[in-house]
Amino acid sequence: MAGYYKEEDLPRFAEMSEGAPRLWEKFNSWYSAVFESGALTQREKSLIALAVAHALECPYCIDAYTRDCLEKGSNLEQMTEAVHVASAIKGGSALVHGLQMRNVEAKLSI
Amino acid sequence: MGLSLQAARHPLASPAEQLRVLGNGHTRGSVRPFEDTLADSGIGPLTAGRIEVFQVNVGKLCNQTCKHCHVDAGPDRSDEMMSRETFDLCLNAIRRIGRPTVDITGGAPELNPNFRWFVEQVRSLGCHVIDRCNLTVLTIAAQRGLAEFLARRQVEIIASLPYFLQSRTDAQRGAGVFEKSIKALRLLNTRGYGIPGSGLNLNLVYNPTGAFLPPDQGEIESDFRRELRKRHGIEFTSLFTLANMPISRYLEFLVRSGNYRRYMELLVNAYNPEAASRVMCRSMISVGWDGRLFDCDFNQMLDLEVGFGAPRHISDFNRDRLAFRRIVTAQHCYGCTAGSGSSCGGATA
Repeated sequence: MAGYYKEEDLPRFAEMSEGAPRLWEKFNSWYSAVFESGALTQREKSLIALAVAHALECPYCIDAYTRDCLEKGSNLEQMTEAVHVASAIKGGSALVHGLQMRNVEAKLSI
Repeated sequence: MGLSLQAARHPLASPAEQLRVLGNGHTRGSVRPFEDTLADSGIGPLTAGRIEVFQVNVGKLCNQTCKHCHVDAGPDRSDEMMSRETFDLCLNAIRRIGRPTVDITGGAPELNPNFRWFVEQVRSLGCHVIDRCNLTVLTIAAQRGLAEFLARRQVEIIASLPYFLQSRTDAQRGAGVFEKSIKALRLLNTRGYGIPGSGLNLNLVYNPTGAFLPPDQGEIESDFRRELRKRHGIEFTSLFTLANMPISRYLEFLVRSGNYRRYMELLVNAYNPEAASRVMCRSMISVGWDGRLFDCDFNQMLDLEVGFGAPRHISDFNRDRLAFRRIVTAQHCYGCTAGSGSSCGGATA
């Protein structure tokens, strides 16, 4: 994995504008608007982003939002709880699919 | 408790080596020169205005060895201590300025044997006095009565407390520091400090406990107020947020931990012209323990004396020639201009 995910690639994200500058611009302005303070604070949004980053298992996002959470004043306890929320949803999501298993099992069984 | 970089004979104890790492000596490296960034934003070169704050660094002796300290202060720095003669020269300069705010820092400034005498002298001149206090000094047996002394003379306290949790505070400032700091804050509250209507200001300073920038000052102040009140019953006046300067022990941390390059990029990318136009050096003069003059305490630690023909020692103090001097800048100045800015009074923008 190390060969694919390089720390120094993260600041190069803006290179994705090359080839599709208008789409990049739209993405960028929407992304910025998403993280502005609204009904949720910037800190809350950053913690949600950190949790989602873990659910997606994206090293770039985990790096970026760990730093962002710290810069928004969150602490390790809060960030760890956010990761547990993501993990619980991922675990719960797997477990609830057990009902599919049960349905199939029921259908196949005499 | 750890040693200072100087006692450990670390290369980064040398200001010249720090400047070399920062890219100001032999090579600038990849970080854009601060003066170019200033010029492009239509601000540079920086010049001072009238002197409103007279900051005195009375010595490098401290009862703590914090990991981020830009002074490289510690219990082993007892040799660098402002003498009574230099204090007298400071008083002469303060008289000539008028009534500046006198901002006393260190080390732990209270450990200078002339500290209380100097505070009384300055107060008798009618100056507002700030004591930059590490809090734990108030719990030392030899400093008994310090809180009462400061309260009677209406000295404003600006106290370091990087976080409202023990883990992060102790990680930066040393084992047991949080508990002692809470004890000191309770003592100060008892004397009226931080209590609305008392006239005794107790301001806390948040600085990041790692290689990242401080959060929004207003938001983190609300957290501190809520958590310190709920957990410890402590009150304070305001919270100031300060970015850590890439100097001395914090620079050593950045280099050792592999965070240096990204931290400098972070500071450069967060450059804020509004913060740059309000940097504290424009309204202050900083005096070293040996009487040398600097634009700020950070320049002082890098041995960057005032320049461009301004008098360089307190014995040559000249208010008018210092008041409108050009300010000496270098790459560490990005630390004061990043994001919401950092000054001795917290965020500037």
